[in-house]
Amino acid sequence: MSDAWIELTARARGNRKLVIGGAITAAFLALALLSLVWTPYPATRMDIASRLSGFGAAHWLGTDHFGRDVLSMLIAGTRNSVAVAVVAVGIGLCLGVPLGALAAARRGWVDELMMRISDVTFAFPALLSAVMITALIGPGAVNSMIAIGIFNVPVFARLTRGAALRIWSLDFVLAARTAGRGGLAITWDHVLPNLAGLIIVQATIQFALAILAEAGLSYLGFGTQPPQPSWGRMLSDAQTLLFMAPRLAVLPGLAIAVTVLGLNLFGDGLRDLLDPKLGNAGDGP
Amino acid sequence: MRRAMFALLTALAVGLAVPGSAFAVRGDLVLGVVLEPPHLDPTAGAAAAIDEVVYANLFEGLTRIDRHGAVVPALAESWEVSDDGRRYRFKLRQGVVFHDGSSFEAGDVVFSFERAMADDSVNAQKGLFEAIESVTATGPYEVEVHLKRPSGGFTFDLGWGDAVIVAPESAQTNKSRPTGTGPFRFKHWAQGERIELERFDGYWGSAPALQKVTFKLIPDPAAAVVAMLAGDIDAFPNFPAPEALARLESDARFTVVIGTTEGETIVSINNARPPFDDRRVRRAIAHALDRQAIVLGAMFGYGTPIGSHFAPHHPAYVDLVARYGHDPDMARALLSEAGYAQGFKATLRLPPPSYARRGGEIVAAQLAEVGIELEIIPIEWAQWLEQVFRGKDYDLTIVSHTEPMDIGIYGRDGYYFNYESQAFRDLMEGLKLASDDEARYRLLGQAQRLLAEDAVNGFLFQLAKHGVWDAKLKGLWENSPIQANDLTDVYWEP
Amino acid sequence: MALYLIKRLAAFLITLLASAIVVFLVLEVLPGDPASIMLGVNARADTLAALRAELGLDQPAWLRFIRWLGGLVSGDLGNSYTYGVPVAELIAGRATVSVPLALGGMLVSALIAIPLGVIAAAQRNRAADLGISVFAQLAIAVPNFWFAILLILLFSVMLGWLPAGGFAGWEAGIGPALGSLLMPVVALALPQAAILTRVTRSAVLDVLGEDYLLTARAKGLSRAAALWRHGLVNALIPVVTIMGLQFSFLLAGTVIIENVFYLPGLGRLLFQAIAQRDLIVVRDVVVLLAGAVVLVNFLVDLLYGVIDPRLRREAAYV
Repeated sequence: MSDAWIELTARARGNRKLVIGGAITAAFLALALLSLVWTPYPATRMDIASRLSGFGAAHWLGTDHFGRDVLSMLIAGTRNSVAVAVVAVGIGLCLGVPLGALAAARRGWVDELMMRISDVTFAFPALLSAVMITALIGPGAVNSMIAIGIFNVPVFARLTRGAALRIWSLDFVLAARTAGRGGLAITWDHVLPNLAGLIIVQATIQFALAILAEAGLSYLGFGTQPPQPSWGRMLSDAQTLLFMAPRLAVLPGLAIAVTVLGLNLFGDGLRDLLDPKLGNAGDGP
Repeated sequence: MRRAMFALLTALAVGLAVPGSAFAVRGDLVLGVVLEPPHLDPTAGAAAAIDEVVYANLFEGLTRIDRHGAVVPALAESWEVSDDGRRYRFKLRQGVVFHDGSSFEAGDVVFSFERAMADDSVNAQKGLFEAIESVTATGPYEVEVHLKRPSGGFTFDLGWGDAVIVAPESAQTNKSRPTGTGPFRFKHWAQGERIELERFDGYWGSAPALQKVTFKLIPDPAAAVVAMLAGDIDAFPNFPAPEALARLESDARFTVVIGTTEGETIVSINNARPPFDDRRVRRAIAHALDRQAIVLGAMFGYGTPIGSHFAPHHPAYVDLVARYGHDPDMARALLSEAGYAQGFKATLRLPPPSYARRGGEIVAAQLAEVGIELEIIPIEWAQWLEQVFRGKDYDLTIVSHTEPMDIGIYGRDGYYFNYESQAFRDLMEGLKLASDDEARYRLLGQAQRLLAEDAVNGFLFQLAKHGVWDAKLKGLWENSPIQANDLTDVYWEP
Repeated sequence: MALYLIKRLAAFLITLLASAIVVFLVLEVLPGDPASIMLGVNARADTLAALRAELGLDQPAWLRFIRWLGGLVSGDLGNSYTYGVPVAELIAGRATVSVPLALGGMLVSALIAIPLGVIAAAQRNRAADLGISVFAQLAIAVPNFWFAILLILLFSVMLGWLPAGGFAGWEAGIGPALGSLLMPVVALALPQAAILTRVTRSAVLDVLGEDYLLTARAKGLSRAAALWRHGLVNALIPVVTIMGLQFSFLLAGTVIIENVFYLPGLGRLLFQAIAQRDLIVVRDVVVLLAGAVVLVNFLVDLLYGVIDPRLRREAAYV
């Protein structure tokens, strides 16, 4: 085990994407944690008298139209993005993986049904449906989590199903089957461990997509509501002030882009790292 | 030399002979509006957006409200009122035609009124006609109206958009093909985009200077700013982005005119729901509000703080702003007294306009300072009407009541504030019977004071009219005594 | 082959029907009363009841569903609650903005992605490849609505070259109309281009290793010519496939971009209809969009099944 581990970490260090992506992602998560205990100013505190001030000593990144400190809002927005993305991807994982594994194990009508259901879900452009769902059940962070989460389920289900099917067709698994081991046991012992890498990589990518989706929903007004700070909403507020304070439109978008970039790089790096392992799915029981 | 002269003269001649587009006065106008009307029949819907397109332009009533808020004759040339105030005889104008060619006569007035008063009528202001006992045509151009009781504002009521005269031949299709008697006729409606009107040559009155009018739908403030700067639109009578006004004002191409509207912007409080049924809590809210900060932060300084439900520009106005000054300590003390020393949680429902969404964020921050934690729930007008207005299922909301002289709503049975005050109702009754202005103003003053004393709602500010238009454009209304964009007197300076 | 087609067709129809059912069910739960929206603040109970009857809101749900399905098939999409005009007209009008926008987005993204992908594959692991890879990473990470706002900031606010929003209308002429669509198309195309670049690159790389290309080189064709004549077409298949699969994201992108630029397209129509509780319009537009996605996926399935194996067989004889 240690040899493999040494090899892994060596490859990891040499993998540029992983390092850079990992650093950005770590910084992002650190900021999110930090915001729980401290931000330069309370992110929701208004100071109308000093509204729309530019870069300066008191407010490093200036203030918005209500006098709120932009830097604090950006940091607090990190927390918001993380929360929504974690729950949304979590929903996708917790529901999608078991469903996909089930479909691969059972085949037959269960599989067909699941494929059709996921087809139908994929037919609805995700953002559009998230908008409709939040329009119906009400806007807000929690409902965004649900709406985005719903669209993560078929992604993980399909991924799990596809990879699991390949594993099911392997010799040693067929052998186990003949020996009388049940579908659940086989799934638990052989299928899932070999999918772990694949799922983790996909989860990272879905995490990035969830952050983009949350930002989009908030921009349109269906996501996180005031007074909770949110990058997407900062962008929509800034659009009417483009010629007065362009920095208000640039900074939140930059935050989103950098975070998503970091996550994508990290995910790609992880995939490169785990790739050889994914190639031969499972060396035995 | 001679050749050059000849060339020059030819050029001049050609230049002058070309239909002088360079010298003619512009006859077209592109006007920006924020809300798209659901349809174009003002007698079948309450949306102010309908009147903003059709009032005085496409449709006319017996009377009309002019830019000063005064009642002037329109389709009724003149009228007589009986001594007991219950019989009105209207002498109608002759030679008036509808846009489809049918002629206007007394039968159309009877039809319009009866249609509005019918049981299955979809007229949103049925109440305007409530006092009418009967309407009869006493001649081809004469109509008599009998009222159940005298109504001082009857002729004003008839000037509302909901009381315009329609023809039986076209009433059914007015929603999509409005046919009225106004100086402009309907040309085309590209849904979600624009509405086009053109001058009606058969108009009974003096022809408007404009030949073509396009109402361009620009719901978003940022888009409005850009459209104005780019010259895509010539005028925006209710400009939705106050943050841009300073910049537009400094630009010589534009005229910015800040006027008044009849819109009292308030934090409506559900007086029937605890803890808001306790007057101390409502007073605490009033003290927690900093109106100046709200006007500054949400409206960029445009708007006049108010202390009760009345327009400051009206002669009967009583300044009650100082009754509840911004005093968070006093607010906390009152809350303690009422048993909420720890504060409490409530919801704040906000319809789409920026005075509500932006104002709402500021109000929430201000109330948070005294311990009242508000959950902001943004909703569309659809839901606002359903949940707040009809269902009365709300704690707090922010809205602007733009109907003129609407203080009477506080005495209306079952109005969404759930404010029940016999004293107030008595004042409103007295108002109906009041004979002269002095008595009316006195009663109105008492009404305003009562509302302030009871802190029925959080009175914020009077919405200003932010008018922006091309510097060469004249004749647009400065104030909004009613929701309308009367274009009959608008013209371009050469 | 025929069996495959029939299976795919059946799946397509079932998915379409299921989508319609989902749309109908989801919207039946919607709270809100269209009558009070239309009649407004001071309306009375009797007028509301009158309008409700007028709008047919008192019929049972399943009956309305059957009627609606029938209407969809025959092209009669009903009348909009709020506008009173046939929904088909509304949709047709808005489509004159959305369709050019979406097609333009696809076209521009392909125009950017394919050359870049080919270059990246040809210059594999060299500077150009790295640069393009970085560009692709950045373009995927950038939210398209933020990119749109940046474009507005640069080209409208600062330079004043392009309108910051709104649609000039096709009647205003091709020039102004395209001018209003230019920035939206670019903003829409960017993330798609990034994804397609990667796909093109890996597709071309795959093809570069194929036997028939080696044969072409052996016959004396230059690398570029071999790539161009034989490789590109085969490489395009996965690219086109991915473009098809990305269609649903493109539609979502169209909706959000229409909102950033206030373009009167299907996306904004949907938003306005949601706001006005115009259930008929919402149902029809959503089912239309979902149907379009299902259709495109079906076509991609067909393409995959029909063209791919045949081409492969043919290419072997080059």
